[in-house]
Amino acid sequence: MTEFTPGSAALGGLIIGAAAALLFLALGRIAGISGIVGRALVPGDGESRGWRIAFVLGLPLGAALVSAVAGPLELTVEASFPMLVSAGLLVGFGTRLGSGCTSGHGVCGLARGSARSLTATLTFMIVAALTVFVTRHVLEGISS
Amino acid sequence: MKEEVIALVSGTLFGIGLAVAQMTNPAKVIHFLDVTGAWDPSLAFVMGTALVVSALAYRLRRMTIPVPTRIDARLVGGAALFGLGWGSRASALGRRSPRSRRARRRS
Repeated sequence: MTEFTPGSAALGGLIIGAAAALLFLALGRIAGISGIVGRALVPGDGESRGWRIAFVLGLPLGAALVSAVAGPLELTVEASFPMLVSAGLLVGFGTRLGSGCTSGHGVCGLARGSARSLTATLTFMIVAALTVFVTRHVLEGISS
Repeated sequence: MKEEVIALVSGTLFGIGLAVAQMTNPAKVIHFLDVTGAWDPSLAFVMGTALVVSALAYRLRRMTIPVPTRIDARLVGGAALFGLGWGSRASALGRRSPRSRRARRRS
């Protein structure tokens, strides 16, 4: 059970939007995390790693700054370690195959009015919700 | 060099936004996806406000990098796999007792 926190959600979202706007307006780049991480690790022809690595390093730095000011960040892990490993593999593979994730498609793609991103976002949202439903409300009696 | 500095600032801002929005807490995300359970709509607010601000940026500058436009099986298949992985973090399958583990991260 987590509390509905519209205020901090909206504020955080504004800041995320500003970060994506900065990347786009200054560098012409899309703040799609899965793509940035993917190409930082395995750049394609002519693709530069420098800005991508810098961006990825900024992410935990930003979170650390918040916890330095506001105290340790709440973090509840509900998955088992094996599930986290398989989830990570699916997320890593799926986001690269599908060319994006919640930031790339969900925020940046939808902001551009991309039909591709709308399709991808609806797909992963629905599949994720279905997965949680099956996990939580169908299998819960079986998974102990 | 300037490119890297801007990217670092952007990434740091992004990280700040994620932490402020509590998207760094897996439970917040899972409870957003748990639509029939104890639903927490916070993630929608995060995405919604981020989207509005980004949309302003996309109006101010044209896209110079070509992006694909075809909706194909790779896109949908990839998104489905991502969704499956993303949602499967709700499962404690494989843990001896399926209790959630509360971990407080230190900075």
